[in-house]
Order: sequence, then C-alpha cells, then structure tokens
Amino acid sequence: MAAIDMKNIVKKYGDGFPAVNDVSIDVADGEFMILVGPSGCGKSTLLRMIVGLEDITSGDMMIGDRRVNDLAPKERNLAMVFQNYALYPHLTVYENIAFPLRLAKADSKTVDEKVRAASKTLELDEHLDRKPANLSGGQRQRVAMGRAIVRDADAFLFDEPLSNLDAKLRGQMRSEIARLQKKLGITTVYVTHDQTEAMTLGDRVAVLKRGILQQLASPRELYTNPGNLFVAGFIGSPPMNFLPATVEGNIVELPFGKVEIPADKAAKVAGRGLLIAGIRPEAFEDASVVDQTRQGSTFRAKIDQVEWLGNTAYAYIPFEAPPEVLEQLQQLERDLDGETLRTQLVVSLDGSSKVAEDDDAEIWVDTSQMHLFDPATGENLTIDLERAGRVPALEQGHDPAQQAKAEHEVADQQTAAAESADG
Amino acid sequence: MSTVTAPAPEAKRKGNAPETSSRSRAENRLGQKLVAPAIFVMLLVTAFPMLRALYLSVFNYALTAPEDKEFVGFGNYVTALTDPLFWKVTGITVLYMVVTVAIELVIGFIFAMVMHRVIFARGVIRTSILIPYGIITVVSGFAWQFAFSYQNGFVNSWIPGMDLQFNWFGETTPAVVAIMVSEIWKTTPFMSLLLLAGLAQVSEDMLEAAKVDGATWWQRLWKVILPNMRAAIMVAVLFRALDAYRIFDNIFVMTAGAVNTESISFLTYRQTIEQFQLGMGSALSVLLFLSVLLIAALIVKLFRVDLAQARQE
Amino acid sequence: MRKLGTAVGCVLILLWCLLPVAWIISLSFKSQTAITNGSPGFLPKDGDGAGWQNYTDVLDNEQFRRAIFNSIGISLIATLLSVIIATLAAYAIARLEFKGKKFVLTMALAIAMFPVVSLVGPLFDMWRTIGLYDTWPGLIIPYMSFTLPLAIWTLSAFFREIPWELEQAAQVDGATSWQAFRKVIVPLAAPGVFTAAILTFFFAWNDFVFGISLTSTESARPIPAALSFFVGADPFNRPASLLAAGAVVSTIPIIIIVLIFQRKIVAGLTSGAVKG
Repeated sequence: MAAIDMKNIVKKYGDGFPAVNDVSIDVADGEFMILVGPSGCGKSTLLRMIVGLEDITSGDMMIGDRRVNDLAPKERNLAMVFQNYALYPHLTVYENIAFPLRLAKADSKTVDEKVRAASKTLELDEHLDRKPANLSGGQRQRVAMGRAIVRDADAFLFDEPLSNLDAKLRGQMRSEIARLQKKLGITTVYVTHDQTEAMTLGDRVAVLKRGILQQLASPRELYTNPGNLFVAGFIGSPPMNFLPATVEGNIVELPFGKVEIPADKAAKVAGRGLLIAGIRPEAFEDASVVDQTRQGSTFRAKIDQVEWLGNTAYAYIPFEAPPEVLEQLQQLERDLDGETLRTQLVVSLDGSSKVAEDDDAEIWVDTSQMHLFDPATGENLTIDLERAGRVPALEQGHDPAQQAKAEHEVADQQTAAAESADG
Repeated sequence: MSTVTAPAPEAKRKGNAPETSSRSRAENRLGQKLVAPAIFVMLLVTAFPMLRALYLSVFNYALTAPEDKEFVGFGNYVTALTDPLFWKVTGITVLYMVVTVAIELVIGFIFAMVMHRVIFARGVIRTSILIPYGIITVVSGFAWQFAFSYQNGFVNSWIPGMDLQFNWFGETTPAVVAIMVSEIWKTTPFMSLLLLAGLAQVSEDMLEAAKVDGATWWQRLWKVILPNMRAAIMVAVLFRALDAYRIFDNIFVMTAGAVNTESISFLTYRQTIEQFQLGMGSALSVLLFLSVLLIAALIVKLFRVDLAQARQE
Repeated sequence: MRKLGTAVGCVLILLWCLLPVAWIISLSFKSQTAITNGSPGFLPKDGDGAGWQNYTDVLDNEQFRRAIFNSIGISLIATLLSVIIATLAAYAIARLEFKGKKFVLTMALAIAMFPVVSLVGPLFDMWRTIGLYDTWPGLIIPYMSFTLPLAIWTLSAFFREIPWELEQAAQVDGATSWQAFRKVIVPLAAPGVFTAAILTFFFAWNDFVFGISLTSTESARPIPAALSFFVGADPFNRPASLLAAGAVVSTIPIIIIVLIFQRKIVAGLTSGAVKG
C-alpha cells in the first residue's frame, strides 16, 4: 500500500491542447480520493497517467517514494477497474480473476486460495465457471473488482465503474465499493462524473474543469464552501441557485426583493457592485411553515410550478437576469454539460407546505448560507478558507482572473476544434 | 458482447496528435516493423512488375525473337490506340461490366431483402448462397457453357419456343449473353451479402417511424432504405465493377474469345502469353491498368463513394 | 402476403444457387459416348447414364491428380503465409499509430483493384528469368500478394472489434505487451484469423489467370488451369461429362468449407465493407 502524489502534472497532446494542466493532488495512504468533473475535464486522462496508460508531459507522479513517470503499467503494481470492466471474454470468471496471478506465475494453490477468497468476498462463488458474456452487469462489475483485489496492489483505480449500471444497481454497488475499500484499507482513486458518487464515496474530492483542479476538499467542505461558481454549481442536487445581486451595507438586492445578510459576509464584498448570489434550494422555505425564531429574511414571489415529492416540494420561480450575469450563467451551464432553458429559482419546501402553482407565496431564506461570487472570475468572495480544503486558484501566486482567462482560451480552442471536426 | 464499446476518448485523440514521447516512438517503430513484410510482398508482385511493364511497353519485343528487341517509344501505344480492335474490345468489356453489375445489383438487392426477412431456414439460405461464391469461376464457366450447348445442354429445351438446334456460341450476342449469365450467377451472391450487411444497418425503428408517417412500401424503399444503404451499395458497385471490368476466366473457358466476345484482359493475355509479344502486351497491360484507375476514379467521383468508409476509418 | 413473398424469394434463391450445381452433377453422370453423340436435356436419358465411370476416369488421370495435389498444396501454403503476414499488418493498422499507415491502406486498396492480367506479362518474364516459372513458389508469391489486401482488411475489422481496454487491462494486470497480445488478443482474434484464412483459400483455389500463365506443366498447374486445358480430341465438343466430374471433385472442398463455416464466411465477407 502506498500514497500517490501528483506534482504539477501536465498532459499536452500534439496540438498543444492541455488535457491536464498543472494538477497537484496528494492521495494519502489508504485514502479514498475522487476525481470528478464534467466530460472532457481530464479526470480519466489523469487516472490513466497514474496507471501508466498515458504518457505524462511534465510533472512528477510518485507512488510511495518511487517516481513512476517512465515505468510501464506492469511495473507500477496498481489494480484498475475499467468503465466497461474489460473482462476477458474468452476466459471464465475464475480465470479472469486469476489472470494477474497467472501472469505473476503464482503457483496454482496460491491462485486457487486467492481467487476463492475474492469470489467469497464478492459473492461470485456460483459463477466461477461461467463466461463474462453470460453475466449480468452487476456480476461483471464484481468480477472486475475481483481481478483487482486478488493482487496485492498498491492502490485501486476506478474509471467510472458504475456508469453502465442501472440506477438501483448503482446504489448497491456504490455501498459495496465503499465497504470493500474500508475493509481492505487500500489507497483508492475513483473517477466519476456523478456527484452523488463523489459525495458518498470520497474521503476527499478533487473537482476538475478543463484540465484544471478547481478545488480539493472533503465532500462537506465542497458543499458548504465551494471555491467558485463551477464547484458550487457542480456539487449538489438540485443545483445551487444563482441570482444577480447587488450589495449595499448588509442588504442584498435580489430579483425578488431585498434580504439581509450577516455582517461578516457583507464586509467581504463591500463596494463590489453587481455580484452573483448562490443559494442552495434547501436554504429556502415556505415562510408559513418556518419556526419564526429562526434567523433569515422573507420575500414574496409568484410560484410558476410546484413538484411535490412527499417529503419535500420543489417550487420554481422564474426571474430576469441582466446580460453580464446571464452570460456568465450560460457559460457555467455549458461547463456543467447542461443547457439553460430559462433563469429560474428552485426552492425546496417542506412536504407539508401548501404552496401551489400561481400562488403569490411568501418565501423565507436562510441568508447565512448564501455565497456571493464575482461575476467576472466566478471566484467565491464569501468563502471560509479554513473549511474549504484546497482551492488552487486562491492560493498565493495564483490570480483568479488569469486562470479564468486561461480557461476561456481553452474553451474557445475546444469549441473551435469541435467545429472543425464537425465540418 | 455487451462489454464491447468504443475506446476511451483519450485513445481516439491519439489520432490527430503525433506525440514525440518514447512510447509513441516505440509504437511507430513497432507499427512499421509489423507492416513491413506485407508491404514487401505486395510491392514485389505489383510495383516491380508494373515498372517492368512500363519499361517493356516502349520496346518492340517478342520472346520468340529476343535479339530483335528494339526501342519504339510510344509506338506500341499508338498502334494499340489507333487499332479499331482495341476500341471494339474495350467497348465489349464496358458492356460486360455495365450489364452484369446492373443486373447483379437488382437481383442481389432482392436476394438481400429476402435473406434479411427470412427467419426460418436462414442457415440453409446463407449456405446455399455461398456455394456460387465459392465455386471456381472456371467450373461456373463450364457448367453454363454445357448448359447452353445444343448438343448436351438443357437451356434450349427449357425456353419455350426455342430452336433446339440453336448454337449460343455461334455469334456474338448470344455468346455474350451466355458469358454474362455465368458471370452474374457466380458473383450475385457476393453482391447480395454486401447489400445484406448494408440492409442490416437500416434501423427497424426508422422503418416503423416511416410507416407511422404514412409511407407506402415503395416510398419506404426509395426514401428510407436505399438512402441509408447508399454507402454499402456504392462500395458493392465499386468492387464489382472493377472486378467485372477484368473479366477473363469465363471468356477463356466458354468461347476462348471467339465470335468477338474478347475482353481487354483477354486481349492482353493473348498478346503476352500466347503470342509472346511482350512489348505490345506490356503496353496493353499499362492501358488496362490505366483504364481500371479511370473507372475507379469515375465511380468514386460520380457516386461520391466514401473510400474512408470502405476502409472502415 | 409478406410471408408468401419471402417464401417465394427463398425458393428462387435456392433454385438460383443450386440448379447449376445440380446440373453439373447430373452432367457428370452422362456417359462419354452419349456426350459425343449429343445428349441434350437436364438429366441423363435412359441408357446414357455412366454411373461412377467419369469419376473413376478423372481420378485415374495422373494429370488431374497432380493438379488437385498442386492446388491443395499451393493454396494452403499461400493461405498460411498470407494470414501470418496479414495478422501482423492488421494488428498494427488497427491498434498502433505509425507513419505510413495511410500508405499501407491505400496500397492494399489499390492492389485489390489491380487488373491481374496486366501483371501477368512482366511476371511471366521475371519468373522465367529467375527460375520461378512453373514452380509452386511461382504461384504462391502472387497469391499471397493478391490475398493480402482482403486478409488485412478482414483482420483489421476483427481487431478493431476487440475492445482496446482489454489490452490495457492486461497491461495493468501485469502483462508485457507481448503477453497482452498472446494471452488476450490472439485468442480473441482467432475466429477472425480463421475467417481470413478461408477467404484467402477461396481466392487461391479459384485463381485462373496466374494458373494458366505462370505454369506450363503438371509440376505446378492448379485445378482450374488443368480443367481448362483438358480438351480431349475434338476442341469443339469437349468431353463434357468428364470435365463435369472433375469440376464436381474440385468443388467438393469448397462445399465442405461452406457447410462447416457458413457463419464465419458471411461475417468475414461483410465485415470489411460496412462499418458495424
């Protein structure tokens, strides 16, 4: 077992396109690290650089105290579970699991012991003689994990292992993986684009966007103290609401009216003009069901649509945004692989709320949970750096405006490349 | 197999980026090493003889009198191109090509439709269709030559109102028809298998959508099925047309070039191998090669065949 | 209605494919005297039957036996060599990035379209000069180069279908590149290699132009050439039933292969033409 330390890792392709750009992540021994981000953020490339399937353009890849940049995959002693499991179709389940041991020329007694032990852990005993083609998705997934655990690998690497499973199985396999990792206590790097997996599995989560590390923190820190608009929008479901906001003293003016924010937050953004306010849906509530003693502000708004789910209800409230905020929000939406149809506020109400469509409802908001973002750079101005893990953009020597500019250049390049590929 | 999917996007990106890492250099070297034997063998039998043909074609050179070898420049080409025989032979070759490919396309498509639809006895049908494909062309030529023969064949007696003593190989038109029948019989299966693969690409959903939109069977065929099979049809036509233009075996066996059934391949063969006129034969070889190139270019250009698709890229 | 159409279509296909085969078999049972005197009709008439006589005559013929032997030997060797070379090339084309890949593909395509006859003259000349004329290698070499495009084509389609990740998984599992190739790729590609081999064999077995041009005696002459030179006394009335018996014999290997490997052949023929 070993720690994995990535230092200033860069991956450039021949056309100069940086798929991974100066990423430093330290994975402690036994830690469960998640690499998360939308498609094309470089997370899989980074994982493949760890395992040795992709060359490293510059930087140092350390496993334990070895620099492995120039080692072949077989010399790195890592185990990997591929997105499509990569089971060998011509071998039985038993031989698939035994494959790494056979390559290592283990004697058949050891092989048998280890394979049986792994198949017991993964409940594959009755399938050992079958071929992968005859297995269900979940079973294939477990065989792939079996192949990883029979080896005394230094670390496990997972490349979106659950993305081919249906929702129910995904939940089961998720807890299975978590349990297994705890039991084996093995260093794990796990790539996903699914923020639920990121939140539930990871000791720490590295959020990437276009090859750049945005924030490296525990799930709770990411959720409560996102470093920028992107992280804030990526983590959480339904996602954080972003509204145009202007601050005067302790008063924030939102499209629905004025609310008061705590003085320490107000101080951090004094005199900055137009900002983007980020408020999670659950920071809102139907004013009529809120305990009146709680701190917060209320405003009135016309409800467009309500989705009642039993325990909660989501209410949708459209609003207009000024062009400079709108542009930033549309860019964000593209970064998140989404499409903005309209600007609307999503508020999560208690299940007992009686608010209905077309009501003019009074909504309460917990303003202490509000974040304020710079509309130009996306930087979170109200971040609590003590509880935000690492935010590379806010570290010394980094200029957020510079980074935003670099990212946009990459984005333009990508768009141009996509266009030329289409044409 | 459901574990099969496209390679990771990272792997794909490799295509547009000549990396200069040690890994990609090693890959480059290994790749070149692995294709080297194939290149060598292919060049040995094509490029070198072709260059030799180019060289010989400017000489008046017969194997029967090698000491009379004499440089004639483009003389052989001029002789060939001004000889009406050459143009007559080329014309008949084009006729073979156009007629057989057109008929094969229609019959092959019908066969493909039937094979696509048949569920019961699918294996039997596919096995049978491979038999003409696998049979030696010479055997096909014999089978049809004897079938058309008035002495021992059955065709005359099976066509109502046909003169039982009619000699199919006595004049050009019936002889050409007989040759074409053998050619079509032997190669339609190949065409139909290619078209069947194309037909399998047309999704059932799309056909059902067209049905719901109110398209008749005929409209579905012309507006949905055929446009979506375009690539497969074009590849099949290209392959078969070039193959048909080189027609040789059937003519050799069935008429030996008599009664004006000679093709350009046959003429070339006769000059070089039978008459040992290597100079003239080489000139004809070059012309044959050029005309194949021309036909390939024409088909690609006219029908905008996507060669990348044909090469599976 | 639809079903009826399909059924009629099936019958038509079967008739199309099998009638000429039935005809040549039927012809092979007509006696040689009947042929000389003229015996029209599909089936042998009463008294025109020859039993197995034509077959025994053909198999007793030394030239024909040699031709069968030549054809089998030459086709098998050419197939084996061609498939080995094509496997290497196809693997490189499907899996590796290297300079000159386009060149190989273009060349293969060009050769697939090449008019064979236009090479026969110079090859005839060359082979006589270096002593390959009328020998087995003299046919094996051209067969190899003309079957390589098809074999490379078919095989690279098969290689592409093997998930790229399997090889990477093997490497992560501790395999060297060679081990990954041998333990994962080769077993998975075996059906493809087999298919390519069958198609290559068909080509070599079917070849006629090289067979008649590059041989002059029975020492290397393959079946198609031997059949076509089997003229008999009267060039305008060939010994049809005897030839038919020879033709049937030469077709038996093809029919056996087709019967056993029908699926593989169809897959191989269509794999290169249309992307799945």
